[in-house]
Amino acid sequence: MTTIVSFVPTNASTLPSLQSAEIDPAVCILPLSQHRIPAGFPSPADEYVEKGLDLNHYLVRNKVATYFFRVVGNSMIGADIYDGDMLVVDRSVKPKHGHIVVAVINNEYTVKRLYACDGVIELHAENPAYLPIRFKEYEELQVWGVVGTITRFVV
Amino acid sequence: MSNSPLSQPMFALVDVNNFYVSCERAFNPNLINRSVVVLSNNDSCTVARSHEVQALGVKMGTPWFKLKDLAKQHHIIALSSNYTLYGDMSDRVMTILRDFSPHVEVYSIDERFLDLQGLNKFWSTPMDMGQSIRQRIRQWTSLPVCVGFGITKTLAKLANHIAKKPPEFNGVCDLASMPSAQLEALLSVLEVDEVWSVGRQLSQHLNAAGISTVKALRDTPSSCLRTKFGVVVERLGYELRGVSCLALEEVSAPRKQIISSRSFGQLVNSLPELSEAVASYMSSAAEKLRHQHSVCNAIQVFIQTNPFRQHDKQYSNSMTVPLPNASGDIRLLIRAALFGLKCIYRQGYAYKKTGVILSCIDSAAKQQESLFELYGAGDRSARLMCVLDQINQRYGRDTLSVFSTGKRKSWAMHRGKVSPCYTTNWNDVPIAYAH
Repeated sequence: MTTIVSFVPTNASTLPSLQSAEIDPAVCILPLSQHRIPAGFPSPADEYVEKGLDLNHYLVRNKVATYFFRVVGNSMIGADIYDGDMLVVDRSVKPKHGHIVVAVINNEYTVKRLYACDGVIELHAENPAYLPIRFKEYEELQVWGVVGTITRFVV
Repeated sequence: MSNSPLSQPMFALVDVNNFYVSCERAFNPNLINRSVVVLSNNDSCTVARSHEVQALGVKMGTPWFKLKDLAKQHHIIALSSNYTLYGDMSDRVMTILRDFSPHVEVYSIDERFLDLQGLNKFWSTPMDMGQSIRQRIRQWTSLPVCVGFGITKTLAKLANHIAKKPPEFNGVCDLASMPSAQLEALLSVLEVDEVWSVGRQLSQHLNAAGISTVKALRDTPSSCLRTKFGVVVERLGYELRGVSCLALEEVSAPRKQIISSRSFGQLVNSLPELSEAVASYMSSAAEKLRHQHSVCNAIQVFIQTNPFRQHDKQYSNSMTVPLPNASGDIRLLIRAALFGLKCIYRQGYAYKKTGVILSCIDSAAKQQESLFELYGAGDRSARLMCVLDQINQRYGRDTLSVFSTGKRKSWAMHRGKVSPCYTTNWNDVPIAYAH
């Protein structure tokens, strides 16, 4: 029910100069109940209306620390990471043993599984054709970020 | 209340070290520990230098052609500026800082002021907070930042400058908690032009009056500063003594004048090409105008040849075109700009630069309604412009444009060494090798 207020033009110059309202406000999507409301008996489903599923919430946990990488190569097929996949990388996650990480090796980004156990630090491929990369005591492993999800178009 | 330092007024200035270079390094490991410069539009001058390049004595703004020999000798890598990437990284830093204070002022693309008053309960000392900010921005974005704390904005800015230099500061400096002997020693060696907003000219005047260090400026009596240099410098003196005169500007005031101009990638002779460039710059200026919900009453258009090509015939001119009614409508604005351009265009010159200036800017909401339908004003025009802006926002710049041939523009900006838009374009995301 919209209230209609008639517009009365005035030439009063004493009105405060207000900031104009936004011409182009941010889009706000609200769930719309599709039920017509019969007088006296509301739809029982209206109480349960929820927002649709948003892939952003599912794939991205921390937006400001999230970056995307494209995979080239097949050394990670054992972890279901294939050539052409898109990696969702979260820099705010602390890398731990077992995480799939993007690391810097020879000035390029490499995707591998981090093995950090009993003082041994290695990067493991998930393909028997590739040997692990072992880091000696004085060497530094640069982990760029932790892979949170892998995404792929099937068709 | 506790007496912790943060219960008093307290400002922080957070700035990203060598911002453009650091953004490029974030996604290209080849650039780490290498000499890198970022060049301005058309790859003309250096606008950012890695500290390796700074150590070679290269000054900000040095033309790139003058650096070519040095670049070869020291393997300096030069990149075109990629403002899409820098803008995205700047927004990320901003979002992270909002976790530390609800009051953040964007001072520039790489500098933010934070108002920290009343946030003392969360941190034992400002130094702790500063290190935490540094650590989080480094971890989440890979960008290195320095943090300066002070009880006024001017002191925070000075603290930030100090934090950058000696390694013992570890990137964080709090002037409010610094022992006074150390503070006095520091301020008596810092030159007066390190103070925020003191430019070259003012620092010459100050030096001539015997005020050459920050300490000297702080200790000059207010009345003396006011009579000799005016109220702005008097205010700087107060700020340096810890009396806060400048508040945080969280919302920037609408601009009174909007300029859009650029140098061409190559010289332009013909009127049609100039017209297309003017229309394109007008489109971007008008978009900014509408974004701040304003309209303008007059526009100015200017053209100029390249003064550095001394053997060329030189010509430059400008013209102001008043509009029949205040407008933000691109159709009217371009019509006015092309009218002005036609008046000042002379055949037979090689033009280097053109641009437009929107002036007499007013709030769109304060416009008087007219009995007659005006061209480029009123409800229909506003709705059309709103749709135009929405489409361009959604589908990318210049999806809809007025007076554009759409073909490759010879006058367009030359950016020969631009890096991919790693964070904003799906085709440009970095590659992770699995081999």
